[in-house]
Amino acid sequence: MVDFTERDEGTLPLWPELAEPDLVRFENVGLRYGIGPEILRDIDFTIPPQSFQFLTGPSGAGKTTLLKLVMQTLKPTRGRVTLFGENVSQHSQAELARLRRRIGIVFQDFRLLDHLTTYENVALPLLVQGREEASYRGEVIELLRWVGLGDRMHVPPVILSGGEKQRAAIARALIGQPALLLADEPTGNVDPGLARRLLRLFIELNKSGTAVVIATHDLALMDMIDARRLVLAEGQLHVYE
Amino acid sequence: MSMSEPPASGLRARLMTGLGGVLLKPLLVPRDRVLAPVLPAKSRSGAALMLVIAIMTFLASLTAGAVHLVADASRDWSRTIAREMTIQIRPAPGRNLDADVAAAADLARRQRVIEEVRVMDRREGEKLLEPWLGTGLDLGDLPVPRLVVLRLAAGLAPDLSGLRAALAERVPNALLDDHKLWLSRLKAMADTLVGIGLMILTLVLVATALAVAFATRGAMAGTAQIIDVLHLVGAEDSYIARQFQGHFLRLGLRGGAAGALAASGFFIVAGLVFGRGAQGSALEQVEALFGRFSLPLWGYLSVLVIGVLVAVVTGVVSRVTVYRTLRGMEQAQ
Ligand SMILES: Nc1ncnc2c1ncn2[C@@H]1O[C@H](COP(=O)(O)OP(=O)(O)O)[C@@H](O)[C@H]1O
Ligand SMILES: [Mg+2]
Repeated sequence: MVDFTERDEGTLPLWPELAEPDLVRFENVGLRYGIGPEILRDIDFTIPPQSFQFLTGPSGAGKTTLLKLVMQTLKPTRGRVTLFGENVSQHSQAELARLRRRIGIVFQDFRLLDHLTTYENVALPLLVQGREEASYRGEVIELLRWVGLGDRMHVPPVILSGGEKQRAAIARALIGQPALLLADEPTGNVDPGLARRLLRLFIELNKSGTAVVIATHDLALMDMIDARRLVLAEGQLHVYE
Repeated sequence: MSMSEPPASGLRARLMTGLGGVLLKPLLVPRDRVLAPVLPAKSRSGAALMLVIAIMTFLASLTAGAVHLVADASRDWSRTIAREMTIQIRPAPGRNLDADVAAAADLARRQRVIEEVRVMDRREGEKLLEPWLGTGLDLGDLPVPRLVVLRLAAGLAPDLSGLRAALAERVPNALLDDHKLWLSRLKAMADTLVGIGLMILTLVLVATALAVAFATRGAMAGTAQIIDVLHLVGAEDSYIARQFQGHFLRLGLRGGAAGALAASGFFIVAGLVFGRGAQGSALEQVEALFGRFSLPLWGYLSVLVIGVLVAVVTGVVSRVTVYRTLRGMEQAQ
């Protein structure tokens, strides 16, 4: 599953058993919106396979922006972004789509499509790959049951509660069995009890092998477990292992 | 956590495998509803665009039909006129008009390329003037020229310099008119009409393309958020373009078919009405211009081609527009 094409010579590891490349590597990345000031400066970090980390910093620090850079819906104004060992600066839209299929993302505002049912929303990543519905129907139904939406499959997202929407959004991020899960402020709109359960879900997911990045400014959440922290402040990123 | 094994009941699972599965699958997979299209319904409405496409196809088909009719008619006229010539003998003082007419006809009959010589008598000549001078006028005293109509044998390139020379010598007041001037004017007019027709066709296609481009952009305008989500879950631009293109191609095919059918219907009805033989002067005018108004088979074929062409233009333009808009969206982020 690891793709070694276009691999950067400099990152070749010494030992073959360590050959799995970092899922994400940022080198000297800078970003400005239009002609505005640089929101992010000299960002350097990696996300190793199967790692678990918080991406934190005050509101407006650039957490969402950084996640967009990982998803490549935003191009850095300078520096280099490497995904799954591939330098993506010259990637075509189709090549980026192929890499995005290995990343699941949960947005703060969920971004479910209102004209589709919950089932169709969760199946969307597989649908856009052009797969036959019969080939994934069982998988989608099982995942919906797993997140507790088994009896809400055929309703549109507008009539789901906030917590249900979030679980649908998480299910959509997971259906493609991604190597990396990004969650933007997942506890932003939920009560502390649910926040705790969500965190447990992410930890469980991480134990099954998925790398997890949780962007949050919720200190109480981060205090619940001891995990790696990527801290954004004044446009720069500091990593606390 | 495991999400690999689909929960399938034993019997169903067994039935679904093997040859039986191939046959039974459509019945066993619960298809309580067809998967909703990825794009919302409001981006897929297109009744107005379909009407525009139908009207454009209809107009383009009428134009193409008219071009066919004019081209055919002008070919017919040219063929007839090219085989006809006239000798005009003007009355001249001191000459016997009847003797001159007989002499000219006699000279003409001696030409091998001339198949038929017909002398128009005085009354026939006067009748030709009626449209200009009105009826009931006594032309007896007026010096009306006389005409000898010559019909050339088919297929021969006529060399009439001999006849011209003989006429100049023996009947100096005769004038041989080979209709070349008429013919060239007629051809020029027909060519102009065909040119105008082709220009209209081009304009109609361009207008259709513009309408489709605007409609595609309109359909995409409300879907920026959705397209963003599609990109993030790994959709390729080609997948998104296919969703729009498929929809617009269907609109184009339906609109094109409707327009082409309406135009064919028009020509069939028109052929029945005018084809029965023109009655009344207005119809005679139409017939003079368009011949019998019966579209040849390949006229209908070109109507069909226009319908298909419009549908293809619709599909291609919407695809190009989607790609351009997607690229614009990417850069705007
Ligand atoms: N599309 C945009 N255009 C211009 N500025 C933006 C845009 N998105 C975010 N910003 C600015 O970038 C900064 C970082 O925003 P964001 O990444 O959303 O921060 P966070 O997610 O940490 O709250 C903010 O100052 C915000 O105003
Ligand atoms: Mg944010």
